[in-house]
Amino acid sequence: MSELKIVNCSKYYKKNGKPMGALENATMNVENGRFVSIIGPSGCGKSTLFNIIAGLIQPSSGEVLLDGKDITRETGNVGYMLQKDLLLPWRSILDNVIIGLEIRGIPKKIARERALPMLQKYGLGGFEYDHPDALSGGMRQRAGLIRTLLYDKDVILLDEPFGALDAQTRMQMQNWLLQIWSDFKKTILFVTHDIDEAIYLSDEIHVFTHRPGKIKATIEVDLPRPRSEKTLMDDRFLTLKRELLLMLREERVSSE
Amino acid sequence: MPEKLKNSEPFIEDPTIQTSKLRKRAFIGQMLVGGILIFLWEFLTRIGWLDSYYWSSPSTIIRTGWTAITQGTLLQDLAYTSGSTILGFILGTAAGYLLGLSFWWSKLYSRIFEPYMIAFNAIPKLALAPVLVIMFGIGFDSKVILAFLMTIIVAAIAAYSGVQNVDQDLEKMLVSLGAKRRHVFMKVVVPTTIPWIVSILKINISLALAGTIVGEFISSRQGIGRMILYAGQVLNIDLVWVGVVVLSLLSIVMYLGTLWLERALMKGRTPKS
Repeated sequence: MSELKIVNCSKYYKKNGKPMGALENATMNVENGRFVSIIGPSGCGKSTLFNIIAGLIQPSSGEVLLDGKDITRETGNVGYMLQKDLLLPWRSILDNVIIGLEIRGIPKKIARERALPMLQKYGLGGFEYDHPDALSGGMRQRAGLIRTLLYDKDVILLDEPFGALDAQTRMQMQNWLLQIWSDFKKTILFVTHDIDEAIYLSDEIHVFTHRPGKIKATIEVDLPRPRSEKTLMDDRFLTLKRELLLMLREERVSSE
Repeated sequence: MPEKLKNSEPFIEDPTIQTSKLRKRAFIGQMLVGGILIFLWEFLTRIGWLDSYYWSSPSTIIRTGWTAITQGTLLQDLAYTSGSTILGFILGTAAGYLLGLSFWWSKLYSRIFEPYMIAFNAIPKLALAPVLVIMFGIGFDSKVILAFLMTIIVAAIAAYSGVQNVDQDLEKMLVSLGAKRRHVFMKVVVPTTIPWIVSILKINISLALAGTIVGEFISSRQGIGRMILYAGQVLNIDLVWVGVVVLSLLSIVMYLGTLWLERALMKGRTPKS
């Protein structure tokens, strides 16, 4: 069981001597095993928030708690995946996905044995010994996510992992992600620009305002699971979509 | 006119066969051109169009070379020159690589030393040769040091360029997986810089050879450079040519050696464009 709490996190940078807000008073409770999305206009501090949770940057104020323990500015507590797949081009897919285990000091041989069945089960069978440049964008994202999963943290941050994929592949990858999520029972925090994607995947959606990013609204997605293409035509889906579209338009207008 | 194909035989393109055909033909062509040039050299010096006093001739060079091997010290000289070149090349390239890599560890340190590295690169090291010979004697050491100085900064600059090209996001990804600085260094920085250092191996081996030969010209008891200098002083131009030919052959062999090293280091990767 793990519960992630983000308490009053803010981040300011100095620009031309004036402090600029990137993130303002973000507070969030993410319960164990939930799929939570964050959506908002570009430059709304979503990535800043992720960097704070991952411990890569220090917030100007506020703290991050995991199961009540303060993990602010501490790396290695959550899995983190960026939009770019960030596979090492000189390593095979297999050796790429085990890198988190390697860093933890697990011998390569044991790490490989652990990774092989995962690759096979989640659609990368036959590509284990290929180098990343031989794979399509979707396949590479799969490898990136399996690398994060093998790192074996309860909370996983996904920063627009499917942003660079075409619509067809994207849909496929969303279903693939949902399957993984239900197999592994992880808590997922997911950043996206895409309203459909947010509703389709999530239990809960946080809408961010324009810079400095604040949480504008939190929406419960009470659509039944498992979800499928039918979900996309559900009345409830369409109502939520309308609601979110209006909110995001408001943000765009107010920022102009 | 393209041949008409029978319906029963589909046309299947096989690029590997075409490439290997091209390679074979190119090889034959290369041998032919080399053969013709050597033949012309021999022929023109025999009929007197080229003055054989200055130009010698392939047959005389081979004869003189053979005498230098059997009655002189050509082989020892060759070992001396190639030994100091290769040792200087290895030491210089390795030290330069480590120096360039070290700049990754601290921004302050790299900022302080970068201008000095560039300034040192601008010094014509060969001009220092007389001083180095006085400092380190006329033996093997001074040649190795010249080859070392010729190669170290080139390697350091290449490694430093590689370091500056390390993908920040890769670093971030590893840190998020709990990596320490040393993990990032070993798993990202070193592999990223390998194509950069590989790309200067060929340059460095010829720079090392140039350093060694200049060292031998200045003052030496052994080496091909000394042999050429001596032969020139006693007007034995045939022997000068022997030295030049041997150096060219040595240079080609070392070039092939670096090609092999390149392939070994770049296994499974695409070279830096």
